[in-house]
Order: sequence, then structure tokens, then C-alpha cells
Amino acid sequence: MSEDIQAGLAEILEEVAGVAPADATPEKSFTEDLDVDSLSMVEIATAVEDKFGVAIPDDELANIKTVGDAISFIQKNQG
Amino acid sequence: MSTSDRDVVVTGLGATTPLGGDVASTWEALLAGRSGVSRLTDDWAKDFPAQLVAALASDPASQIDRVRARRLDRSQQVAVIAAEEAWAHSGAADAGVASERIAVVFGTGIGGALTLLGQDDVLEEKGPKRVSPFTIPMLMPNGPAAAVGLAVGARGGVHAPVSACASGAEAIRWGLDLLRFDRADVVIVGGTEACVHPLPMAGFAAMRAMSTRNDEPERASRPFDKGRDGFVLGEGAAALVLERAGSAAARGARVHARLAGAGATADGYDLVAPHPEGEGAARAIGAALRDAGLSPTDIGHVNAHATSTPVGDTAEAAAIRSAVGEHAMVSATKSQTGHLLGAAGALESVFTILALREQVVPATANLDDPDDDAAVQALDIVRREPRKASFDAAVNDSFGFGGHNIALVFTTA
Repeated sequence: MSEDIQAGLAEILEEVAGVAPADATPEKSFTEDLDVDSLSMVEIATAVEDKFGVAIPDDELANIKTVGDAISFIQKNQG
Repeated sequence: MSTSDRDVVVTGLGATTPLGGDVASTWEALLAGRSGVSRLTDDWAKDFPAQLVAALASDPASQIDRVRARRLDRSQQVAVIAAEEAWAHSGAADAGVASERIAVVFGTGIGGALTLLGQDDVLEEKGPKRVSPFTIPMLMPNGPAAAVGLAVGARGGVHAPVSACASGAEAIRWGLDLLRFDRADVVIVGGTEACVHPLPMAGFAAMRAMSTRNDEPERASRPFDKGRDGFVLGEGAAALVLERAGSAAARGARVHARLAGAGATADGYDLVAPHPEGEGAARAIGAALRDAGLSPTDIGHVNAHATSTPVGDTAEAAAIRSAVGEHAMVSATKSQTGHLLGAAGALESVFTILALREQVVPATANLDDPDDDAAVQALDIVRREPRKASFDAAVNDSFGFGGHNIALVFTTA
């Protein structure tokens, strides 16, 4: 389950920010390791909503620091 | 030749245009007489009065990384492509110029229209939460200048003149001043435009400013010709690298031409119509000549703004005749490139510099039957074939809606 989410997230990261799918592993920080800036995080949140049906409110988005944080959030909130 | 701190030279050139994806292919196509104009095949264009455009010869997607491109409006993509070519061409990156001494002046006439209109569609169809977070940086008119600044690592100031179709030329004048006032050591200057979209097309057509010769695309842009009926919208960008002559010589840079002087005036006549005798345009040319310390007889060549509109071309002919005289060889290169609006002055400066360097004056295409206007008849407008000639100084002039007039004087290296 979390592998599927990780793969889907990796696709989004490649499309939006050019991150190689192999680099999109749970421990990676979006800003520190993957060079994803704040505007791209907004795009990623929109793409996550489209792909997984999970909306990420702005205050939650600020707490999502790593790929693993995003996977957990999606898992927790998927219907 | 001795140099002073006022001497500014051109050490790099870049362009992506309807004639080619770089300077060399653009210049080759220009001299070969090729046209960049074609008829739109999009469904939306079917009922448009004017259906002609001069589209880019090279898709920006083939020249710029995908992830980088998706954060840049098309006008910013082409600006970056042209500026990176000019920057590489100049060799300035290897000269160790401090980033605090590198400046950018890059103009646009319209700005990020494709982003503005595209995101408005998103807003209407999907709502405000789906509008891209890159909308504002992609549509702001200083966006191309900022993108160029990031591309070359310029931290000495980034500026964005906006004066409609004079924007590109105004950027060059501004760059000259920055160097003369020692505000920077290297300045990347230029102009960009990419607004082929139904709304700008409809707006210009509503002004009756565009050619409707839809069945003969390559013959539609015909400056100074009796049968001209408006301009053809083009897209693209061009860039120059400017430096003071002393520092360019010190690093052994190749100098393509000198930027000897510039003049800027306003018509103070009408928001869009040019003064019929080109009074403001003539004053701009006169000011540029005085700035360069040259007299009208020194000028061998004029790359005219000449957009192929009925009133604009005759007003400009009058201005050239009064400020330069009848001896200079005149070219109207929009006959092949179409009108690149905010990029026009930069692209035509590239052509002016290459004409000086190569000692060849491009021909004006489609000038089959020159207008009966006395000034048009009096000028030596080069047509049919490019003309080899010996000359040391040339003028490029540009005018924009709003009554903006810019003239630039270039001399041989």
C-alpha cells in the first residue's frame, strides 16, 4: 500500500520538479534533499489531491517535510 | 584606437526567431531571403480577419529543460535561450566578472500573456484553487529579465523596460547608460515576445494594424510597399552582451561592433498613431547621432522599424530622410521575420551589428512597388538581394505604441 503511494508520489515529483523516481525515498526532505521549493510544494499538493483524492490543507502542508511525511498523510486520510 | 569609459562594445549575440533557433541560422535565412511567416491552422483562427503569424523556427522545448520550462512563460523561455546563447558567445562567464557587476536589462511589450490567458481558462473551468502557483512570476513583465538574471547569475541589477515595440531597443539604451555610469561591468540586454493567442491577435486586428493577406503568407509583410496592409505578429527573443571597450579588450574578447550612441524621445502626439512626419522619431535619431559624435553623412545603413503598416512606414521614411538623409542603405527586415514587438529592437540590433561586421546590407522582401510617398521614393531601400557595401556606422530605430522612439547607433569594431 505504502509502496503504491510512494510510486505515485515519485511520478508527481518527477513531473513537477524533475526528481528522479529512485531518489523519491521516504527519508528524503523535499527542500533539503530534493530541491523542491515552496511553490512546487503547492503544485505537488494539487497533484496529490488529483491522484489520491486527498486534499492537503495549507497548515498540514507546512508540516510535511519529507517524502515519508507525505506518504503517511496520504495513507491516514485516504478514504 | 584609444578608448574612454564611454566606449561600449558588443561582445555577444543571441537569438531565437521565426527564421532560426540561433543567431547563425537566423542570419543565414535572412540573407537567403526566407520568410518566417505562415498561416495559422488552429481552429480558433478560422474566423479571424488576420490569420498570419511568424512562429518560432525552433520549439523552445527542444532547447530548454522540461522542468525548467514549465515554470517559465514562453516569453521567458525564449528570453533565456537567447540570453544564454549571447552569454556563451561572449565568453564573459570565463572572465571571472563578479556577479555583483553583472546586470540585465530585458524588455517585453506584452509580458506573459499566454500564462495570464491560460490560467484565466483554468480559473473559469476549475476554480481558484487550481490556478498555478507560478502564475504571477510567469506573467509579470519583469519575469523575462528576472529569468535571464537567474540564468547568468546577475546580481548587479535586473531591469525591465516596457515601451511596447520599442522595449528591446530601450533595453539596449539602458544597458549603455549602466556601463557609462559604471553601474556594472557586463550587461546582458535584449527583448522578448511570445503572445500568439486569440486575444492579442483579435486586439491588434481590431486596431486594423495587422495584415489580412491570408492567402499569401510570405508576401504579407511588405514594408514601404504600396500594397502593405499591416504587420504580421512574430515571436522570439534576441540578446546582446555589452561591456566597456577597455575591459573587453583587457580580457581579449571578440568585439562585434561598438554601441556608439543612443537617443530616446516621445512623440507627445497620440497614444498609438505615429506623428505623420515622424517628428519624434527624427529627434531620436538626431539625439543618437549627437551622442555618438557622428554626423548624418557618417551613417551608411539604417535597419528601419518599418512594420508594414500604412501610416507607420511613411512616417518613419520621413524621419530617416530628415535625420539621416537619402544616402543611407535602408533595410526593413520585418518583411521576413514579422513583427516581434518587444523583441523587435533587439533582433534588429543583432541584424545591424551583423551587417556592420559582415559589410552586407539585408534586402527588404516583398518591396515590389514602393509607395508613392515622397520620402519612401527618396530613400535607398535595399531590395531583391542583400547588398555588399563598405560602411562604418549604422542606425537601428524602434518605435512603440505610446509614442516611444528609440534610436541606436552602432559602428564597426
